[in-house]
Amino acid sequence: MTVTVLLPLLVLWPLAAGLLALLLPRGAGTTLLVASAGNLGLALALAADVATTGGGGHSVGGWAVPLGIALRADGLSALLVLVTALVLPLIALHATAAYADAERRYFAALLLLFVTALNGLFLAGDLFNLYVTLELLGLSAVALAALGGSPAALLASLRYLLATLTGSLAYLLGVALLYRAAGTLDLLALAGQGPGLPGGALAFALMVAGLLLKAAVFPLHFWLPPAHANATPPVSAALSALAVKAPLYLLLRLWLTVFDGAWPLVAELLAAIGAAGVLWCSVQALLQTRAKLLVAYSTVAQLGYLVLAIALVPVAGATAYGAFALLLVSHVLAKAGLFLAVGNLARRARHDRIDGFERVVQHMPLSASAIALAGVSLMGLPPSGGFSGKWLLLQAAIAAGDWWLVAVALTGGLLAAVYIFKLIEHTFGGSDRPEATPLPRRMEWAAFTLAGAAVLLGFLAQPMLALLGGVP
Amino acid sequence: MTAATLYAILGGLLFCLAFHALVVAGHPLRRLLAVNVMGSSVFLVLVAGAAPGDPLPQALVITGIVVAVAATALGLNLLLRLAAPPADDTTAAGEAGE
Repeated sequence: MTVTVLLPLLVLWPLAAGLLALLLPRGAGTTLLVASAGNLGLALALAADVATTGGGGHSVGGWAVPLGIALRADGLSALLVLVTALVLPLIALHATAAYADAERRYFAALLLLFVTALNGLFLAGDLFNLYVTLELLGLSAVALAALGGSPAALLASLRYLLATLTGSLAYLLGVALLYRAAGTLDLLALAGQGPGLPGGALAFALMVAGLLLKAAVFPLHFWLPPAHANATPPVSAALSALAVKAPLYLLLRLWLTVFDGAWPLVAELLAAIGAAGVLWCSVQALLQTRAKLLVAYSTVAQLGYLVLAIALVPVAGATAYGAFALLLVSHVLAKAGLFLAVGNLARRARHDRIDGFERVVQHMPLSASAIALAGVSLMGLPPSGGFSGKWLLLQAAIAAGDWWLVAVALTGGLLAAVYIFKLIEHTFGGSDRPEATPLPRRMEWAAFTLAGAAVLLGFLAQPMLALLGGVP
Repeated sequence: MTAATLYAILGGLLFCLAFHALVVAGHPLRRLLAVNVMGSSVFLVLVAGAAPGDPLPQALVITGIVVAVAATALGLNLLLRLAAPPADDTTAAGEAGE
């Protein structure tokens, strides 16, 4: 299949399947699994096509820009669509066992809508469709986060909703200013024009602020830990792995294409908040007594690395671009695995206090190993994907002459080691507990597979960088 | 100053006012309203930026309104479920997903 067929299908397939899951309450789990498999097939076909042709575009329904919807794929978007598609079946597999019938129906429909928004966002070719997909992503993510139904989850979802709407509207105001100045919304038509437009700097500032809020980048991360920690485990995994990455992808794309990597001050500011986020939120993770909050703060800390990589792209070029992609993909896999594994422990123990996970390794070896494996990637130890990504990030920092970033990245790795060992210590140690009801095996295997993939990813760094291609 | 510039500046002011209300308001309902006003301010800027006869901004604003309605509905639903007594939780959960 060519790009012209694949691009619309990658949006339509999960959308149609999500609606079907709502219409077929009994078959929602099966629909979700079949849809995930189909989505993976489409994503693999797109990656293969982009790897040979270098990418392409399609105007949906034959309507050209400006009134039509342009979809485009390049190495970065194909890679992100592919990693989304790789995580989805495992989260779906975990969810078929984790939810009761009524919940599963809404989970399946919302998760497929969430994937529709992600695929659309990664493939959208103009600023307004990016806004629509951002909003779809935010709304489906909020609804997913509220699925647990506890007052804490509802309150956290409401705060999440207000934060995500504010972020989208700041982005949309930036889009309105750009349209006023340039008269087009198409990313290709706008390429390189941003800095020269009247009001271009204000538009960029609004868009960046909105996207950083939506991505929960330090110091705008206040809404993330309660929302991700109070959600049900498959939802936490999907949100922490995927939802916060999409705004960062958009930030990088906007900056590189429309604004041409302009203004050294932007790079300095991004490097500063990225570094502060890595250090501050790693320490916050260390101080948590609830396992899911620890993992949520770890997400904000790891987002700091992605912001550091973005900050280095204009100076260090392809090295930083590769670091961004590798760090992103390995965090998606490691964090999805870690949240599912911690969710398994919490479900079995009926709480998520870290000091209460005594000797759980005897009963749940796969989930405990998943925590250790995901930890290897988060710490950045070889041969994990986290190691390859951090290695490229260090090279980029050295190439840019920013030696202090090397110190920050290494300190962040050490802090990650300490908070992961805090989880592992209680999981593997402590006094024996009586046997509780065992969990379905697939819940453990899903977590273990994701975490294992994050470790093995280091061996796939070369093909991934080949698919990614150069900086656009 | 042309009318279009005036509308754009008004839109910018309204955005700042709404953002201020969002930050200082205590009740979640007031915050949700503040976000709605913020959305309207952005629509004002979008329409003010339209060249005569350019249909695109209207199309964008209509899409934006649809998104705003959906977001407000979701927010109100979350607020209602938070306010509902725990006994009604199962029916509320059923309605929330429809």
